[in-house]
Amino acid sequence: MIRIENIKKSFGDVEVLKGIDFEFEPGKTNLIIGRSGAGKTVLLKILVGLLKPTSGNVFYDEVNTDKFSKKDIRKIRMEMGMLFQGNALFDSMTIEENIRFPLDMFTKNTMKEKTKIVNKCLERVSLKGINKKFPSEISGGMQKRVGIARSIVLKPKYLFCDEPNSGLDPKTAITIDELISDITDEYNITTVINTHDMNSVMEIGENICLLQKGKLVWKGNKDEVIDSENENLTDFIFASPFLQKLKNRALGYKAKMGDQNKI
Amino acid sequence: MENNLLYHLGKYVRWHSQIYSRPENGRMYYKEIIRQLYDIGVGSLSIVLIISIFIGAVTAVQFFYQMDGTTIPPYFIGYIVRDMTIIELAPTFTCLVLAGKVGSNMASEIGGMRQKEHIDAMEIMGVNTAAYLVLPKIIASLLIIPILVSVSAIVSNAGGYLASVPSGLFTSGEYIRGLRAFFVPSHVTMMYVKSVVFAYIMTSVSCYQGYHLKGGSIELGKASTRAVVYSSILILIADYIIAVLLTG
Repeated sequence: MIRIENIKKSFGDVEVLKGIDFEFEPGKTNLIIGRSGAGKTVLLKILVGLLKPTSGNVFYDEVNTDKFSKKDIRKIRMEMGMLFQGNALFDSMTIEENIRFPLDMFTKNTMKEKTKIVNKCLERVSLKGINKKFPSEISGGMQKRVGIARSIVLKPKYLFCDEPNSGLDPKTAITIDELISDITDEYNITTVINTHDMNSVMEIGENICLLQKGKLVWKGNKDEVIDSENENLTDFIFASPFLQKLKNRALGYKAKMGDQNKI
Repeated sequence: MENNLLYHLGKYVRWHSQIYSRPENGRMYYKEIIRQLYDIGVGSLSIVLIISIFIGAVTAVQFFYQMDGTTIPPYFIGYIVRDMTIIELAPTFTCLVLAGKVGSNMASEIGGMRQKEHIDAMEIMGVNTAAYLVLPKIIASLLIIPILVSVSAIVSNAGGYLASVPSGLFTSGEYIRGLRAFFVPSHVTMMYVKSVVFAYIMTSVSCYQGYHLKGGSIELGKASTRAVVYSSILILIADYIIAVLLTG
């Protein structure tokens, strides 16, 4: 389990995170949601250790990361997989070399064994047979799936995804969401996803925290989203003018039905 | 703070503790060293050959012009070309040119990886990125640049011969006699000391600029320029210090 306690982060005079407490549940798809600039990416980077919080603590299985030695940090990082917003695939390497990189670096497997693992991962993300292609030769959706394949190649305990749906069409975005959710269940991984996509929230959000201007303003799961009357949450959900219009129409309809019922 | 020279000096020194840590997988580092040896060595050979020929040629022609009409015997030109290239021109000129070619390339390569989050991705995997990305470059530079400098010294002497003997400035025998005269073996040692120090400065300073890059493509261009400028200045300062220390 990952737990954060009173996490604050400032860049110069700007306070980006203002004291966040949250528990990311093990074996579940945990979502950090919020508008752009809410502090989601900063929080995710603090969780994986790419940024240090100004104050507050991050606990992995109740061990404070502040107390980690260099060896512990390396060990915990080998238990992590991360899918970056821009995929971060090594563009001068083939897809196979990209996925094999962690195996080359940290295992003593033979090339035959490594190739077998790579193929298995590629098959898992439905990308069989693209081993020799370069990242620039495949689509954005395929690159995301390669990113997922690379992040699960060492069978991680934790999977972090930074805006996995950004730049993808709705249908591909749903495929990526389903893939992440299935992998979370299959490998029993603790997954943390940072997104502002409401489709993702409603599809895979088993444990959600909503950030607004660096503060945690709501937490729950996808079933609680619909019934919640939390203003911050409804503001976030109905941020688009189209949805706002739908909401107003629904409220109008509800009011009308209420009047008729009175008569 | 970020514009403070002392801040960067401290950061540069502290960064070395990250570079010199135990490799995760020796074989991966070995592969990277081989790649760098090829990139730096073979990739720079043609430019080193071209500049070296002209270094020797210009030195010979220039000194012949300055000594013309004096009582200094012509074979001294060969002696001057040899010592000038071995002690100073081959290591300094070669490393200054390599700072422009290889140094800017290293800064751009690592800076590009920083921008595209490749370094972050490796960090999350548990890779010591400072060691994996920088150490093989330093080792390769320390191995291959002294060889390039040796080639440069030999080709410069040949360049001096080609520029002066066929044009009749002096005879082949005089030039070769000069090359063999008053040879001091420690000058070769000085050449290697310089080439190793310059190689280290050029590689580490350039990698530092790329590794600590912040910002976008404009900053990447600036980092690449800084890599060349700072490396060149530091090479010249080191050149002076080595000259004082080894000739004093």
